[in-house]
Amino acid sequence: MSLTIIEKIISNHSGQQVKPGEIVWMNLDLVSARDFGGPNVVKHYRREYDDARVFDASRVVFTFDLCVPACTLKYADNQQVCREFARQQGFRVFDVDQGIGSHVMIEQGLAGPGKTVVGTDSHLNILGAVGCFGQGMGDVDITFSFRTGRTWFEVPSTVMVQVKGQPSTLATPKDLTLFLCKSLGTKKVALKAVEFYGEAVRALSLDGRITLCSMVTEMAGIVGFVPELNEAVQAKMMALPCFDLKNWIASDQGAQYDEIIEVDVSGLGPQVAVPYLPHQVRDIEEVQGTKIDTGFIGSCTNGRGEDFRQAAQILKGQKIKEGVTLKCVPATRQVYRQLLEEGILESLINSGAIVSNPGCGGCAEGHVGLTGEGEVQISTGNRNFYGKQGKGKTYLASPAVVAASCLAGEIISPEEI
Amino acid sequence: MSEIIIEGRCWVLVDKDGFLIEDIDTDQIYHNAYLHLTDRKLMGQYALGNLEGWQDFAQKARPGDIVVAGRNFGAGSSRQQAVDCFLALGIAAIVAPSFGAIYFRNAVNSALPVIRWAQVDEWIRGNNLKSSDRLQLKLATGQGRNVNRNLDFCFTPFSGVQLAIIQAGGLFNYAHQLER
Ligand code: SF4
Repeated sequence: MSLTIIEKIISNHSGQQVKPGEIVWMNLDLVSARDFGGPNVVKHYRREYDDARVFDASRVVFTFDLCVPACTLKYADNQQVCREFARQQGFRVFDVDQGIGSHVMIEQGLAGPGKTVVGTDSHLNILGAVGCFGQGMGDVDITFSFRTGRTWFEVPSTVMVQVKGQPSTLATPKDLTLFLCKSLGTKKVALKAVEFYGEAVRALSLDGRITLCSMVTEMAGIVGFVPELNEAVQAKMMALPCFDLKNWIASDQGAQYDEIIEVDVSGLGPQVAVPYLPHQVRDIEEVQGTKIDTGFIGSCTNGRGEDFRQAAQILKGQKIKEGVTLKCVPATRQVYRQLLEEGILESLINSGAIVSNPGCGGCAEGHVGLTGEGEVQISTGNRNFYGKQGKGKTYLASPAVVAASCLAGEIISPEEI
Repeated sequence: MSEIIIEGRCWVLVDKDGFLIEDIDTDQIYHNAYLHLTDRKLMGQYALGNLEGWQDFAQKARPGDIVVAGRNFGAGSSRQQAVDCFLALGIAAIVAPSFGAIYFRNAVNSALPVIRWAQVDEWIRGNNLKSSDRLQLKLATGQGRNVNRNLDFCFTPFSGVQLAIIQAGGLFNYAHQLER
């Protein structure tokens, strides 16, 4: 029988050939929890399993990324609860100095093609960018998986998204992603796996693929894959530890798709999501001139090297507008070091930006800044729900648009700079 | 596996114009201001406390009641409290055309039946379903009945491990049963 990517991965991890709609037990290659959710996992675990060992200490990790280093006592306590449990059990902690868990997993080779990973992060499906099936779950689920290395899963059907046409040279991967969010909304791929095809997505770099796959969560999808590789991406992936391209999974000829959706991106320019929904997306011309107070570049969607290079290229050492602040938070320590070596951090700082240690930063109510009532923020994050980053209003855009807007003090297209 | 039959009075979550409310997220179900609570008993009072028009739900609901909502119920965060608050009130089931993926799992794992019934909206528009009607739901066969109006409908049944988890009273109980 011909299978889609998700069907193959679940089949390989359940010892049977699966069909959409079936509920199966799936074996897990990695089980994780973060500083949110993690403490509850520890609590449940101790109550249910006492001091029984986790299923495999080499395949269980904690990643702290939400509030790092802890700036509230609550988080400090929670992180310590997790640390002590991990020590007792003998598994690894990627502590407050490491950065966003999902990205660390990719960099460290813990998540790779064909693998299955679950954790308490609702954006864990970002791992689709490297051909891995990642899935966010609640703390009861994760506790059970800590102990058993398994989870039950209802096999999703797959939607094929054909991206047609050539975007304009001003469009970055985030613009493409926001446009797909707008086109697919929260209904078209809800509870389904997505396979993205077409020249515009095949051309994406690894960082660009991470941007796209991270926002499948906002499309209400289960996971997104970009099956077609290009040379640069292959080279980048092969440089990752433990990454074996032999395990790269493509769907079979004749695999069954729930639906095939075409999205035309011809001539696409910069896109902006307006408050308070990530799929309320406009061409930048429609919101141009909106005054801003703050910019944020970072998050699991746009915290990679390429994103900061893009921003630095727009800033080119110019000063950001007086009265505006720009917060820059690299996704991981590795990204941070690389940007440091390339001189990018220096150039960001010379422009007046704040550069903080890696983590989720200004995406959630984390360690780098909330917005106050009436404050207008332009962010490279993935969610602009009311209250997510404080009481202000958040617009979502690419690193280039955020950088340009911070120079101008208002939302503006990079071509105007 | 034996059938589980649920029967109860329903609350249809509609807005002021009478439309079924879609995309009710976990913040509307259980506000993040109360995330620090760990005692399930205390959570009931905040159920739907952030959903416009339904802030008084916790006072109105009785054990055994059934909640009916629009598509994508429980979108958003993975917080377990958004499930536990209904369990605290003794809510017997939640019915909606679809649920957020994580919410659905959390509910099954806590043995709260989350019923996927695609045609809820049509039934409400056709006046075949109103708040306070009694619904009967057979989980393993997917047979539903509006008892007041003597009308039958079908929903997605529970099978295999999902049904077993609900029957056992949740994922942890289920796992302990397997070990025994
Ligand atoms: S950056 Fe934001 S969306 Fe991504 S994992 Fe962190 S908190 Fe979640």
